[in-house]
Amino acid sequence: MHFGVITFPGSNCDQDMIYTLETTLGQKVSTLWHKDSELGDIDVVVLPGGFSYGDYLRSGAIARFSPIMQSVIEFANKGGWVIGVCNGFQILCETGLLPGALMHNSSHRFICKNVELKAVSKKNAISAGLTQEQTYTIPIAHGEGKYFVDSDTLEQMEANDQILFRYCNAEGVVDESSNPNGSLDNIAGVSNAGHNVIGMMPHPERAADANLKNEDGVALFRSFIQRAGKVG
Amino acid sequence: MSVHQSTPTVNLEAAKNLGLLPEEFEKIQSVLGRMPNFTELSIYSAMWSEHCSYKNSIVWLKSLPKEGPHMLVKAGEENAGLVDIGNGLGCAFKIESHNHPSALEPFQGAATGVGGINRDIFTMGARPIAQLNSLRFGDPKDKRTQWLVKGVVKGIGSYGNSFGIPTVGGETYFDECYSQNPLVNAFSAGIVETKNIIRAKASGTGNPVYIIGSATGKDGIHGASFASKDLNEDSANDIPAVQVGDPFQEKLLLEATMELAKTDALVGMQDMGAAGITCSTSEMSAGGGCGMRIELDKVPLRQSDMQPWEILLSESQERMLAVVKKGREAEVEAIFEKWDIHCVQIGEVTEGGQIEFLWKDEKIAQVLAESLVLGGGAPVYYREFREPAYFKEYQNFDIQSVAEPKDLKELAKKMMALPNIASKRFIYEQYDSMVGTVNMNTNNPSDASIVNLKDSNRALAMTVDCNSRYVHANPEIGTMIAVAEAARNISCSGGVPSAVTNCLNFGNPYNPEVYWQFVGAIKGMGKACEAFNTPVTGGNVSFYNQTVLKDRTEPVFPTPTIGMLGIIEDKSHCTSIPFKQKGDLIYMIGSSHNDISSSQYLAHLVGVSASPVPYFSLEEELANQEQLRMMIRAGILSSAHDVSEGGLFVCLMEKSIHSDLGFDITSDDSVRMDAFLFGESQSRIVVTVNPEKEDSFLDLMMLNGVEFDLLGHVTKGSIRIDDEEWGMVEDYASIYDSALQNDLKA
Repeated sequence: MHFGVITFPGSNCDQDMIYTLETTLGQKVSTLWHKDSELGDIDVVVLPGGFSYGDYLRSGAIARFSPIMQSVIEFANKGGWVIGVCNGFQILCETGLLPGALMHNSSHRFICKNVELKAVSKKNAISAGLTQEQTYTIPIAHGEGKYFVDSDTLEQMEANDQILFRYCNAEGVVDESSNPNGSLDNIAGVSNAGHNVIGMMPHPERAADANLKNEDGVALFRSFIQRAGKVG
Repeated sequence: MSVHQSTPTVNLEAAKNLGLLPEEFEKIQSVLGRMPNFTELSIYSAMWSEHCSYKNSIVWLKSLPKEGPHMLVKAGEENAGLVDIGNGLGCAFKIESHNHPSALEPFQGAATGVGGINRDIFTMGARPIAQLNSLRFGDPKDKRTQWLVKGVVKGIGSYGNSFGIPTVGGETYFDECYSQNPLVNAFSAGIVETKNIIRAKASGTGNPVYIIGSATGKDGIHGASFASKDLNEDSANDIPAVQVGDPFQEKLLLEATMELAKTDALVGMQDMGAAGITCSTSEMSAGGGCGMRIELDKVPLRQSDMQPWEILLSESQERMLAVVKKGREAEVEAIFEKWDIHCVQIGEVTEGGQIEFLWKDEKIAQVLAESLVLGGGAPVYYREFREPAYFKEYQNFDIQSVAEPKDLKELAKKMMALPNIASKRFIYEQYDSMVGTVNMNTNNPSDASIVNLKDSNRALAMTVDCNSRYVHANPEIGTMIAVAEAARNISCSGGVPSAVTNCLNFGNPYNPEVYWQFVGAIKGMGKACEAFNTPVTGGNVSFYNQTVLKDRTEPVFPTPTIGMLGIIEDKSHCTSIPFKQKGDLIYMIGSSHNDISSSQYLAHLVGVSASPVPYFSLEEELANQEQLRMMIRAGILSSAHDVSEGGLFVCLMEKSIHSDLGFDITSDDSVRMDAFLFGESQSRIVVTVNPEKEDSFLDLMMLNGVEFDLLGHVTKGSIRIDDEEWGMVEDYASIYDSALQNDLKA
């Protein structure tokens, strides 16, 4: 597939994402600049992690107004694939492409560590190919990752299979002690109703290199490429 | 020549208020051949401050070894040391202190420390790849310490995380001596293609001079002078001398600088740290043997009412001075416009060594660049020193004066909870340690931090180390141990020690007893760095780390923090701390001693602080590390971890906690049990060996006559010592994991 990775001023996971997509997964990658308005001939837009525009107002709040985001919104509304990781997820919530919001972690501290994820959705490309037999060890690194959405929307999201991942313990149990940031129902990632826009706080691109002794993230990308590649 | 006479009045009183000595004031007049005006006086006071001139340390710093097989630039010549790491790449690395700002305003103080050290790296054209830090605070149960820890850690995280370079390691120590004056030492390392190295020198008459980055404001004025005096009760009035950081600007500045480094439009560049425009213009001019004409009214300002001398001395962050080749201006300006960063021409390079500062076409100051800088006209002092009384007293310590403890198991649990031993997880989880996808320790910790060089067989190992309790007990040997431990951490990780950067944190240099500590530390560092063939590439000196209270002065422990870079020549050499499997044999390279001197056990559980430095022999250290590196290259070891704070027991427990495996060992009846378990005699390394490789292990160990001892074997999870049950790994892990966070009430 042909991925386009956006660099906002302050993005700092763009190069990690490009490296993983190109080197580990052998995909074609184009770089996109926040001042551009053309996405070009791509299948998937990726909004990487970082601190876009410094995140001084509220994470992702300013990035939504950048020229390229208008094109991303149009692309998504036509059914194009959009993936947001960490700050990318925050931007997608700010634009309204994804339901809900990401608030300050319950501890009011930035947290960077490995967490365990349980794949939930069977309909979403990034999680459908994953097994329920194991958990996936994927790093998080954020100060504002506490997912919240109102109960009516949550009900619709559950009914429509829009919950991608939940934080869990190594045995796969989803409970309070395995929730790193206070997210509602341990939600770590969600999609839109059309399942073409997906966002998650954990960083699968940080778990995709044998040198770092954790390649669990590769399974997420493979699941996505296999399913989205066919449809797209 | 006519120079505008700005107010206020210049006299000896004004000079003293700016921190200058009477003889320095006279020297300025003789250099200029006239009375300076206030702007000029301010320039000299900043450039001749301890912080910029190293006037009280340079004669000793010059004795440190500077030559090494891998050095690409001479020590002190550029913003940071530069080491050849092969494949046409260099590694720029440096450590710097931000102690005084952090004592007053911990969040901004620490944040701008991180910003400053990273600018030192990327101003050379090197992209930062990893950061470490070394932090020292008072008692974690103390409220002020808790406030400082919270602010410093948040400051480092907030700046470093946003800037997007992983914090891969570091150390945090707690001791009452730091309660008023914490130490915040930040380390950064970056990678540069050697053909793209940017030098900090100006040249070429008529070449334009640019200021790049943030607008200039009133923050940090006289910061260099503030850093060059003791902290006291009135220091809070100096808060305006603390700078404010903007990591987002720094990230943009980094990306733009990386694009600029790829062109050949640049002559030279230097970041603006202490003494801002003053320091960068004079050092770049003196370095290139030229002068500059600078129009201060062209500098983009944050506040409209700034005086010229304030603009000159402002330490606003995220700024650079760049000299560009004439005719290439548009190309350079376009890069900065792309990144939405100020890039404004403020002057040009001139012939001769004079720097002229203009304000709306009027000359407001003229100084000879060479007269301002270290190695040029800046003062150089030989300070007197005297052995303090405590030193002899410490030698009188006798282990027999400490009763052998009865309940060792209870003591072992207390050891795991000591602030200097318990896990620092609560602190390091607030730093993004994984951005950049180069941290090879996240899932496999080792003694030094291992940083992956993508698309290469090699990796880098880096570490920051200093046990200042040892240095206090004996500055010379204590500093040798700091270097030895840094090298040991690199060796245990599978690397070869390559070069050193240092951050020398001491008290007031005018106190002869403090200066004695400084001189001893430099002597010890020199000897050890010579022995390890690790030249000292640069760093910084931070004096005046003591707090003047009503009834006494409290100097910090002398703390010469060593930052060391090592090269892992093949990633298959990477060696980690955790036990690997049940049944592996546990050996100790080195030997046990009947020694508890300066140990965490003696200081914090027995309560005795007057004791000498622990046992150390440089020859043994070198031999043990050489032996270890040979075994690693031969692929015989399953794990390696050095014995440091907390002694052998803590070393073994750390191997256990990271693996969920236990150990069954036999003690050495020639030493006391407390010394065997908790003593900190040096040069010991605990390794594990798969039983199938034991024969090869023994053959290689016999080759060089290095002392070693079979301790026991790895178990499934139980801890056994001399056939006694000591519980399970998790009993100790839970204490180790939560003790510090509990102490800090966080």
